[in-house]
Amino acid sequence: MLKMIVCMKQVPMVSDLPWDPVTGTLTRDAAEGMMNPACKHALEAALMLKELCGGQITAMTMGPPMAEEILREAIALGADRCLMVSDPKMAGADTLATSFTLARAIEIFCPDFDLILCGCHTSDSETAQVGPQLAEELDIPSIAAVEDLDLRGNALRIKRVSDNFLETLEMDLPGLVTVATGFFTPRYASMAGLHDAFREPGILTVGARDLGLGEDAVGLQGSATRIMDIFSPVAKKENIVLKGAPKKIVEELLDRFDDTIGSLIRKDLKAVK
Amino acid sequence: MAQRKRSIWVFGDYRNYFQNRVTLQLLSRATDLAKKIGAEVCATVFGHEVDEWVGEYIAHGAARVYVCDNPGLKFYSTDIYVALMERIVRQYGPEIILVGATSFGREFTPRLAKRLKTGLTADCVGLDVDDAGLLVQTAPAFGGNLLTRIVTPEKRPQMATVRPGVFQEIPHNYQATGEIVNVPLPGDLPRDRIRLISSERQVSREQKLGEAPVVVCGGRGMGSKTRFKNLFELARVLGGEVGATRPVVYAKWADEDALVGQADRHISPKVLFSFGVSGAIQHTAGIKNAGFIIAVNKNPNAAMMKMADVAIVADAGQVCTTLIRELKKRIRT
Repeated sequence: MLKMIVCMKQVPMVSDLPWDPVTGTLTRDAAEGMMNPACKHALEAALMLKELCGGQITAMTMGPPMAEEILREAIALGADRCLMVSDPKMAGADTLATSFTLARAIEIFCPDFDLILCGCHTSDSETAQVGPQLAEELDIPSIAAVEDLDLRGNALRIKRVSDNFLETLEMDLPGLVTVATGFFTPRYASMAGLHDAFREPGILTVGARDLGLGEDAVGLQGSATRIMDIFSPVAKKENIVLKGAPKKIVEELLDRFDDTIGSLIRKDLKAVK
Repeated sequence: MAQRKRSIWVFGDYRNYFQNRVTLQLLSRATDLAKKIGAEVCATVFGHEVDEWVGEYIAHGAARVYVCDNPGLKFYSTDIYVALMERIVRQYGPEIILVGATSFGREFTPRLAKRLKTGLTADCVGLDVDDAGLLVQTAPAFGGNLLTRIVTPEKRPQMATVRPGVFQEIPHNYQATGEIVNVPLPGDLPRDRIRLISSERQVSREQKLGEAPVVVCGGRGMGSKTRFKNLFELARVLGGEVGATRPVVYAKWADEDALVGQADRHISPKVLFSFGVSGAIQHTAGIKNAGFIIAVNKNPNAAMMKMADVAIVADAGQVCTTLIRELKKRIRT
């Protein structure tokens, strides 16, 4: 039976967020969360493989307690079991510490996995690093941004576009893939699925101590990078508003911004008198 | 402890014009940073029959190039390149490693950083050094709506992948000289766990769009597929490329590769014409690096209009056809 793990992350639903000016990290509990879009595609890819070849899907996340919501959502969509890695000590983890922590949890709670699926990137920190780093930590092969999966015995054949090359690659399992967002369109939860999600008793939650990890190995302390500050890029635009008949507007635009537009296309756009 | 000469390394990604440009841009930025911290700029070149690139990187600022030339390195392989890079990094101890945020760079660098147990900042849009000589890396978060400045205080090397198009390459200098360090291929490298079945060049406009100095972007406000097609004519007149919003791609007015916004779909034109685009966050995140923005929309309160240099309150389709006509008239004369 194909044993799959889908690693997912809860991300804030809104775009402008409060952050902690002291640590420079985001105060995630202030915003409403949702399952990271790319993680939904990774789950869909796992569900598709399960439908084709059979198998078991473990949905797993690391985050604050409220992130449990996305695990219940995963159950509603068809995941078989869940693992929640949560500990205040794990807050502020960079990708190095996150992949380290996830790897230890996987080694203890799902050591006999065949395939790990991750979203290709998150919508909040957007690093796309945790997938490859988790594979490195577990010493397994990985392929990023896959668009098609085909299981052939113990080998997984994938298709993807990488730097404008359409590639067909193959790796033996166990392995890890990160799933691109253009494919594996996520399904909606069925009524039966929602029923399961609500009936699911407590979700297995493990902390640093359960993983045998000291404070210095996880979270901010286990991270190599430090956030100095977070800021909003302020657009300094004059915001000139033009109104009226299209012809008049276009003439005014080309007359006033002849230099800006004309220099780029190497043409003199001055009106002929 | 003996003080070794600090160095900033740039990973030489030369596979095609686009990737090579990123490498040259990074060499340029590395040269600036190296002056500030008294370091030297080095490049790495892995592959087979790569002399051309070694010369090019020296001409673009590398004082030293670490070269591993072997038929076994002909194809870029994450497993093998990570193992090889790890060896030479441990041997020579660079202070900073910069890699272009190409698909390969974003797959290879995280594994390398993990192997070296050091910090890595993804997809940087800014690099500087602070008074203490630390690399200050500016990276986008939340779809570019926020920027984060990140440092790696203790671990070495400090590593970053850098978005293409952020820095200007320095002109080719034929007089430049540099040292070439030939690195023999270690005999005990691990085998590649990924088997390449096939690889074909994709004909894609995506990269052209990303680098185009003029982009004409259209949204649902263009009204119909027929009217949207006029944007291609406008782009042709302006020598630019056409971009599209997600709804337009869904409606099949434009191909998927024209999509602007969301991950890796960033454009940085000097002038952006935006027609009938409301300005959803996913889209505006992709145009944060645009220079001069001209937006056309019936709704003066659309987010896109607020972030424009020139906001034209009018029907997008009409302005498009009028602009084509007026441009043709002026250009012809």
